[in-house]
Amino acid sequence: MPDPDQKQYLFDKPRNVARLLGGFYVVCVLLFVLDFILHRHVYLTWENLPGFYALFGFVACVALVLIAKEMRKVVMRKEDYYDVDE
Amino acid sequence: MWMSELPPFIPFFIAALLALFTRGWVRGLIVLATPVLGGLHLWLDVEPGINQTVSILEYELSVMRTDRLSLLFGYLFHIAAFIAAVFALHVRDTTQYVSALLYAGSALGAVFAGDLITLFIFWELLALTSVFLVWARRSERAIRSGIRYLIFQVGSGVLLLAGALVHYQQTGSLAFDFIGLEGLSGWLIFIAFGIKCAFPLLHNWLTDAYPEATPTGTVYLSAFTTKVAVYALARGFPGTELLVYIGAIMTCFPIFYAVIENDLRRVLAYSMINQIGFMVCGVGIGTALALNGAVSHAFNDVLFKGLLFMTMGAVLYRTGNMNGSDLGGLYKTMPKTAMLCIVGASSISAFPLFSGFVSKSMVMTAMIEEGYDYLWLMLLFASAGVFHHAGIKIPYFAFFAHDSGIRTKEAPLNMLIAMSIAAVLCVFIGSQPQYLYSLLPWEVDYWPYDTTHVLAQLQLLFFSALAFVWLNKQGLYPPELHSINIDAEWFYRTLLPAGARRIADSVQVTGRDLTDAAIRSFKQGGKSLSDTRLGRFHLAINWPTGSMVLWITIILGFFLLADVVL
Repeated sequence: MPDPDQKQYLFDKPRNVARLLGGFYVVCVLLFVLDFILHRHVYLTWENLPGFYALFGFVACVALVLIAKEMRKVVMRKEDYYDVDE
Repeated sequence: MWMSELPPFIPFFIAALLALFTRGWVRGLIVLATPVLGGLHLWLDVEPGINQTVSILEYELSVMRTDRLSLLFGYLFHIAAFIAAVFALHVRDTTQYVSALLYAGSALGAVFAGDLITLFIFWELLALTSVFLVWARRSERAIRSGIRYLIFQVGSGVLLLAGALVHYQQTGSLAFDFIGLEGLSGWLIFIAFGIKCAFPLLHNWLTDAYPEATPTGTVYLSAFTTKVAVYALARGFPGTELLVYIGAIMTCFPIFYAVIENDLRRVLAYSMINQIGFMVCGVGIGTALALNGAVSHAFNDVLFKGLLFMTMGAVLYRTGNMNGSDLGGLYKTMPKTAMLCIVGASSISAFPLFSGFVSKSMVMTAMIEEGYDYLWLMLLFASAGVFHHAGIKIPYFAFFAHDSGIRTKEAPLNMLIAMSIAAVLCVFIGSQPQYLYSLLPWEVDYWPYDTTHVLAQLQLLFFSALAFVWLNKQGLYPPELHSINIDAEWFYRTLLPAGARRIADSVQVTGRDLTDAAIRSFKQGGKSLSDTRLGRFHLAINWPTGSMVLWITIILGFFLLADVVL
């Protein structure tokens, strides 16, 4: 969509988006490495897996989105689905 | 001092009456002053241990019973009523002012109710007063949705009353204390609470009505009804194991819907069920830590979910649109609202230093302590999912994403102030949780900030975000589409009406067949009658019903005349 007011905003510049994402990736790597440096209390056996929370978060969200996407095939209807019958 | 025994709902009901007759800044002052004065009064003058009753006929209603649990919700509802009032200050609609004040008052009445009948009265008032906030949208959809909402809510009240009466017959007491899942009464009350709590399959009134209410109405709605239900569960059914399983399901299934839902306020409604799931789990575990976690999460949820609903309300107010598919790029013209939305999103996602973190972690810890390992994994999955749909999706699709080209104005000042108050409270509670903890009903020594918790939570959230980035870059993320998704409500919005129509049709067809058959046999009868001797009389030639009625009228008229004359 072209910008109606021709003004450049913060994320109109691809460089700013790249900077933001770059910073984000660095934080992710740092957090993953910290798992090996800092001592976590472990209550459950699963937590012994290095980077358990990071892996779980990533896998859980990918699974969530992909399953939800499949769900669309079953549950998605047109916006006026209920209006027609009522 | 008698003032300390003044039930907190009374100022709100009086204010509602005044709001009916006032306009402009006077009315604004009334709706702002009521929660401030009421809240200060509750905070300064009211101690736990009051039990104030009024006699109506021969029955004693316990209208004000205070303990640390009811007081906590009392403070919360005053704060919520104040923030929502600031947010709605630009509204000119009298209906919304009056119903909002009555609604907030009813919520206060319910949490301070000491017996089941008083609870029932306010339970139904909550339903009747809040539905006007949906109807105030004044669209066909909103009116229909409000009716469905009302059916559920009133149905819940009817079950509560039935349960209360059975409970009275069995125990001889109507006091609202621990009830437990024993016998018919326990189950009736449990389901009544469950409907208001949006248990799975009973949840669609929430996702149906909340997105249809006015931009400001939804802020009120999100604060009270479900939190009264959580309070009621915490008082009536703590430690009921079934609740742990129900809660775990509630945390998980809505997030799938939230990912593919287009209406952003409906996304928030689904995420609300997910958050209530954590509270229900906490109530079900029933240890002091878990119950504290449940009620403090209710406290925080009112603030951060209120904040998110306010930001979306502001967007709806400015753009007239709530679909993720049509919005985007609004950070350019609503930067303050965007920032406040990110604060709300961080809080609901339970980022360290934001409010969700300090309460959700209590429930999670209690879950491990009580050995629910697999359910804990479900909750962890839900925690990652919350961040995904409420934490990222809401701000991303409204304020960033692709530029929709919409250029609007920043939210009005009163909205910005209301959102800022909520945002400040979210950060304050998140970074200084000791003040909230000191208000919690049960004695617990708990502190959320240690390396383990903070690191684990940050890893979980950042890698959830990484998944979002990765899915988007791969083009795997489902696009926002103009669509709706069918849910359990399909049973009563499609299947039931279709079934009823089919039955009605078949009844009609059968009825027509029967009538035809009757007429046929009747005609045949008439024919055979006309063959007899009787058939020669005038009235028997054909048997119009009219002539029969005429003759009966003549005969009756004759009797009447005879009666008068003779």
